[in-house]
Amino acid sequence: MITEIGLGHYLTLGAVIFTIGIIGIFLNRKNIIVILMSIELILLAVNINLVSFSIYLDDISGQVFTLFILTVAAAEAAIGLAIIVVYYRNSGTIRVEEIDKLKG
Amino acid sequence: MIAHTIFFYIFSIIAVISAIMVTVSKNTVHSVFFLILDFISISCLFIMIGAEFLGMIMLIVYVGAVAVLFLFVVMMLNVAQQKNQWFISEESSRHIPIGLIISTIIFFELIIVIGGWKYKPDLFISNNSNFTNEVSNTHSLGQVLYTDYIHVFQISGMILLIAMIGAIVLTFRQRDGVKKQSYIKQISRERSEGVEVLEVESNQGVKIDN
Repeated sequence: MITEIGLGHYLTLGAVIFTIGIIGIFLNRKNIIVILMSIELILLAVNINLVSFSIYLDDISGQVFTLFILTVAAAEAAIGLAIIVVYYRNSGTIRVEEIDKLKG
Repeated sequence: MIAHTIFFYIFSIIAVISAIMVTVSKNTVHSVFFLILDFISISCLFIMIGAEFLGMIMLIVYVGAVAVLFLFVVMMLNVAQQKNQWFISEESSRHIPIGLIISTIIFFELIIVIGGWKYKPDLFISNNSNFTNEVSNTHSLGQVLYTDYIHVFQISGMILLIAMIGAIVLTFRQRDGVKKQSYIKQISRERSEGVEVLEVESNQGVKIDN
């Protein structure tokens, strides 16, 4: 009854985590750090896709690009958190609803 | 093969549940912890599927650096203790159905893409030339990373450098009232401005300025 784990299982896992990340961005009304964490989840789902394709197609380039995505994700987290710290220091809140300087 | 199936389901269920908990948990510190659990289970999946180097790098970079950075910022900004009601105004809760609709559409699009991938004709022929069994995963990654992708590798190093400089510049703050030592001022001090010889009359004393 238990089927063999193939490429489709990994891609489905990636799709589920990607969707959870997008729902996290939409649903979140608490603070903006959780939105950054959702972006990390989305990048993680992309990494799952790249690595599983790389394994099942026997091509190493997918894992190389996963390394570069990892680099960009780390840089993005550092810059985003620095911006959040500066914003909190200036205005005293990082709630999503109270960040309305641009009237968006 | 059956162990692979069981482990895949265990790790993926843990990953999905912790990803849900990242978005819905009320305390931000708890969601950072669930993010760490998610990263660990996904890296276990990577190690299981045969990408050992990437699994270990995920552990080091995400759990060791990024998640600890998140935790540090959450605790520094003291947002864990603020009131965590979900929706203050009616206006914001009107965004929620649209968000859910867009998320379900994206999910089913991804599922359709995966189904189309499964029933495709065999367009891709796997090349086993540089991927033999006796070469380990790390070895084969290194063989490609420093030869074919050397420019991309260096550009990613530049991205990291720019991110570091940007984070430092953004959070740098000049404070007043902090005394600093100035070496140039100390070295370039001369006798004429430091010492003064006075003729002191008796019973008068010396008036010292500044």
